[in-house]
Amino acid sequence: MKTVYLDNNATTMAAPEVLEEMAPLFCELYGNPSSMHTFGGRIAKKITKARQQLADLLHCSPSEIVFTSGGTESDNAAIAGTLAASPNKRKVINSRVEHPAVLTFCRELKNQGYTVVELGVDRSGSLDLKQLEEQLDDNTALVSIMYANNETGVIFPIEQIAEMVTSKGSVFHTDAVQAVGKIPLNLSKSKIDLLSLSGHKLHGPKGIGALYIKKGTRISPFILGGHQEAGKRAGTENTPAIVGLGKACELAAENIEKENTKVKSLRDRLETAILEKCPASMLNGDKENRLPNTTNISFEYIEGESILLMLDKFGICASSGSACTSGSLEPSHVLRAMGVPFTAAHGSIRFSLSRYTTQQEIDFVIEKLPPIIARLRELSPFVA
Amino acid sequence: MWDYSEKVMDHFLHPRNVGEIENPDGVGEVGSLACGDALRLTFKLDENGRIADVKFKTFGCASAIASSSVLTELIKGKTIEEAEKVTNRDIADYLGGLPEQKMHCSVMGREALEAAIENYRTGGTKTRELEGNLVCTCFGVTDREIERVIRENNLTTVEQVTNYTKAGGGCGGCKGEIEKIIEKVQAETLKIPAQPKPQKAAKLKNIQKIQLIQQTINEQIRPALRADGGDIELIDVEGDKVIIAFRGMCAQCKTAEFTMKDVVEAKLKEFVSPEIFVQESSQPSQRQ
Repeated sequence: MKTVYLDNNATTMAAPEVLEEMAPLFCELYGNPSSMHTFGGRIAKKITKARQQLADLLHCSPSEIVFTSGGTESDNAAIAGTLAASPNKRKVINSRVEHPAVLTFCRELKNQGYTVVELGVDRSGSLDLKQLEEQLDDNTALVSIMYANNETGVIFPIEQIAEMVTSKGSVFHTDAVQAVGKIPLNLSKSKIDLLSLSGHKLHGPKGIGALYIKKGTRISPFILGGHQEAGKRAGTENTPAIVGLGKACELAAENIEKENTKVKSLRDRLETAILEKCPASMLNGDKENRLPNTTNISFEYIEGESILLMLDKFGICASSGSACTSGSLEPSHVLRAMGVPFTAAHGSIRFSLSRYTTQQEIDFVIEKLPPIIARLRELSPFVA
Repeated sequence: MWDYSEKVMDHFLHPRNVGEIENPDGVGEVGSLACGDALRLTFKLDENGRIADVKFKTFGCASAIASSSVLTELIKGKTIEEAEKVTNRDIADYLGGLPEQKMHCSVMGREALEAAIENYRTGGTKTRELEGNLVCTCFGVTDREIERVIRENNLTTVEQVTNYTKAGGGCGGCKGEIEKIIEKVQAETLKIPAQPKPQKAAKLKNIQKIQLIQQTINEQIRPALRADGGDIELIDVEGDKVIIAFRGMCAQCKTAEFTMKDVVEAKLKEFVSPEIFVQESSQPSQRQ
């Protein structure tokens, strides 16, 4: 059975070109970039190139890039490093729809005596900027707001927020794990101080990510040891993954146009057909300010895990915000924060496409999904 | 992804007895849209008082649908008195087991059956009401329900109670209260040690023996140790040799050897087989 992979916000296939770049780093070019010999020096050049590839995608300076083990480390390091560098400020602001890499970390800060404010969102998943403005004060060390939401794809007005936050003298961090490679970013003209990205979300390898640190931003080192990554993040570099991430960023820059034309039109084709063919279905999140590859649809009166397992029978991979898929007993924190009614939150399905998604695959889903929804509604006590 | 048994997938993809009976003799409704799963059970009796037909409608995940489907199969053809004896364990066992976090689906099945029987007995007038005091306000679970599930499934931790009843799975504010209910049930078990007694079989197969040893530990030994802040874990069974490890306070306790010989071995000899002897594991605790 062929796999129809529409769960690219969870993780992506590494691009074949990425793998090709990485392969020699294991058995041929395995030197340590810190070594004094030419053999190691060749690897150092590859890392320099990768750093440049990231800088090109983000429109920043290579010296502003620190490689990490992934999005979660970047998020944790950005928050912890900023707080350590400004010990007198004891307040952190984030939002209720952040990824757990930010949300859980900030909630833990409460136990350390920090004031932690979680901004709310409205029904379309958009932030309450007035609340942010009210909360910003001299005590605020950091504001961390994601660039785009992983579940709904909703994009936040990050430049506007960065302007607001930095003008008040606080540091601004954004978890851009879902945005990088999907929408164009230009950090040269931005007020963003810190930005997290992850390799495996943009057709790079897993276990690698980066933190962009705007020149002049005060941040404490996050792993102590050797002098790697300008002393910010010690430890021998994960050379194959860094090279792979560099290539993935180069490819992302080449394909960003395609994301916003081909991928977007396939997403719209899928979304329109589903909403039309399935009664009592609705879109979650703002229709306009959205990643081009993501759609999150709720099917009332039925439950997400059941839908996923039936899709799985056809090799279709998606994900759900239902309670049952998470192992917890409550539906997605994002949908709850948006005030999506329980009747719909339990039956939410997210499809996330990539540049490798074909129209054939989309049409296959359009054919298979509506009968699944109808079948599960036959079983539901809430449908007469 | 959940590791569902083939039986669960079979009953999920091909559920038996889906639908609703017109003019039923009994109707049972449990759960809600907000909770994430709900079940409506209807049945009709024949002239001999046996369940002639039974149908269900379920909103929920694969294990909820499979549990409902199996429930209908289990009670079809039974009298009310026979059907009443079906427990959530029976449902889970019939399915070849459920993931621990999904055990509440089997409990929902039993609750719906109970509600339908009550509805039948009151001539269709009574719908199910919550009995006892509300403990978990997020999922509407009472102390009476929690106590019952603890007893029927030999639960010993709050996490297990959450897996089986959902109680404590929302805001988590009632976890302390759940802990107290567990202690209460265990204290009661201590007072009446003869009940429920494991059945001693004449000649045991190995698997039966292991199950009986585990059951004896759960019901006869663990509550006594827990009263002193300790715990016990079954490590292995080799023939008549039972290897165990003490946990918690018992692990450091100087009188552990005495406890082991005196309580553990005596209980296992009494309930499993006179040939049993006990040895303490030399392995370090796995939980720490």
